Amino acid sequence: MRDAEARLKSLVPDAEVYEHNPCRLYIRIPRERLTEAAKLLHRECGMRLAICTGVDTRDGFEVLYHFSEDRSGTIYTLKVLAPKDDPQIESQAPWFPAADWIEREMHELLGIEFPGHPNLIPLLTSDADWDKNKFPLRRDYERRSDAHER
Amino acid sequence: MSGRRIVPIGPYHPLQEEPEFFKLIVEGETVVDLEINIGYNHRGHEFVSPELTYDQVPFLVERICGICSNSHPLACVLAIEDCAGIKPPPRADYIRSVVQELERIHSHLLWLGLAGHFIGYNTVWMWAWRYREHVLELFEMITGNRNHYAMNKPGGVRRDIKTEQIPQILAVMDVVDKKVMMLTKAVLDDPVIRSRLEGVGVLTREQAIAYSVTGPTARPSGVDIDVRRDDPHCAYDRVPWDVIVFNEGDVLAKTKARLFEMMESTKIIRACLKDLPEGPIETRVDEVPPGEGIGRTEAPRGEVFHYIRSDGTNRPLRHKVRAPSFMNIASNVVAVKGGSIADAALTLAAVDPCYCCTERMAAFEDGKMKLSGKDLLRLSWQKTERIRERF
Repeated sequence: MRDAEARLKSLVPDAEVYEHNPCRLYIRIPRERLTEAAKLLHRECGMRLAICTGVDTRDGFEVLYHFSEDRSGTIYTLKVLAPKDDPQIESQAPWFPAADWIEREMHELLGIEFPGHPNLIPLLTSDADWDKNKFPLRRDYERRSDAHER
Repeated sequence: MSGRRIVPIGPYHPLQEEPEFFKLIVEGETVVDLEINIGYNHRGHEFVSPELTYDQVPFLVERICGICSNSHPLACVLAIEDCAGIKPPPRADYIRSVVQELERIHSHLLWLGLAGHFIGYNTVWMWAWRYREHVLELFEMITGNRNHYAMNKPGGVRRDIKTEQIPQILAVMDVVDKKVMMLTKAVLDDPVIRSRLEGVGVLTREQAIAYSVTGPTARPSGVDIDVRRDDPHCAYDRVPWDVIVFNEGDVLAKTKARLFEMMESTKIIRACLKDLPEGPIETRVDEVPPGEGIGRTEAPRGEVFHYIRSDGTNRPLRHKVRAPSFMNIASNVVAVKGGSIADAALTLAAVDPCYCCTERMAAFEDGKMKLSGKDLLRLSWQKTERIRERF
């Protein structure tokens, strides 16, 4: 087992690790443990935040924090799930500037709340004429009628 | 003079001709804070991508950027291949590396020219762009296009590099090596350029790590990362080359890093063409099973990151794209602080924010358009044919 994986396992015992291939690890953790796990990966294991991905799934909003361990070329993806009726995930921006913009982006495009974020204003959409209650990356967002059927 | 004032740069950048807004907050001559506004040109690629099939998606992501128009499709097909668990044939790997490195040379020359233009040194601008032209002609010969090369597809590449094209590529590499050496000497030996760039816009190692910047924004700050070496893909682990790292973190280090990287690129291209394996250029991809895939490559500006989630159909369920500038531009907030207003424009440009240059020409006479879009297309095809006939 890799060093970072073992440390993560001892910090968060109920973490579920899925190894897609030796360079791509996906680790599902409870959302309350995200900050501790992210701090471990960045501060102690020296990983870099590549980016986050927000996905609207049937079970809720899944947020993926992709950390890159550049020494070994491995990507550790922390997966947390926020239920649809309570889409909240603790913000990583206060201690980690790299998470600032992407959390703002997920906030406006998917409608996920990031409590603790210092400046949760829209990053990409217009502050003048964009409906703040519309989230284009959600599954229930109404696509144009001439768009391809899925 | 006391009191804070705002100096706006943008929303339409006067030099880079790009829509982004930098609000410099200054006290006298000194920049004390910076606010960045982006989103003026948000095109919703992540929204459109799930409507397209895996064959179409590379064409879409190619249009994210006119300069990194090989990096995005490459990272995208790597993500699809990661998800499907397939490996392209060795010849495709080598061709991908060649095109990717050609892109790095043309992009760095473009940046170098712009940097010269920004500091009022238009000779560097004219010269650098002149040598860039040779590289664009190579692209036209290899891929049929100067920009938007459409080389990558899931499982391989679309076009082969013919044996008779190789001497021409090598000849251009000789020119690039010679001219980059000349430009390097011009930058390093000129006391005026040196003093204009040295110590300006310093990004420390700690800041670079905190902002998770990548590419030629991170490496000059002493962060030794390069996806080509760290996460081997294409042919990068099969040919010899070096990662260029400096420790100063200023604009001069960023300039030097890009200049030296171009020489590494020509090294990679030469080695790839020398060892170019025989064989097919693509593997058949029958289906993309449900699952996830991550593809990343080193674009001229840093790491391009693509994440694809598949539900087993022929379209992605979710496609996340991260361009390197998304991480790099945010670090400007710390890089410009404490500098003067005059340095700010240079510091902001030193991360090489993405910039599109796909327009070729438009001819007007007495206010009337002389050549229509169709005429330009015809001229363009004729030129491609002329280049093809030469080789």
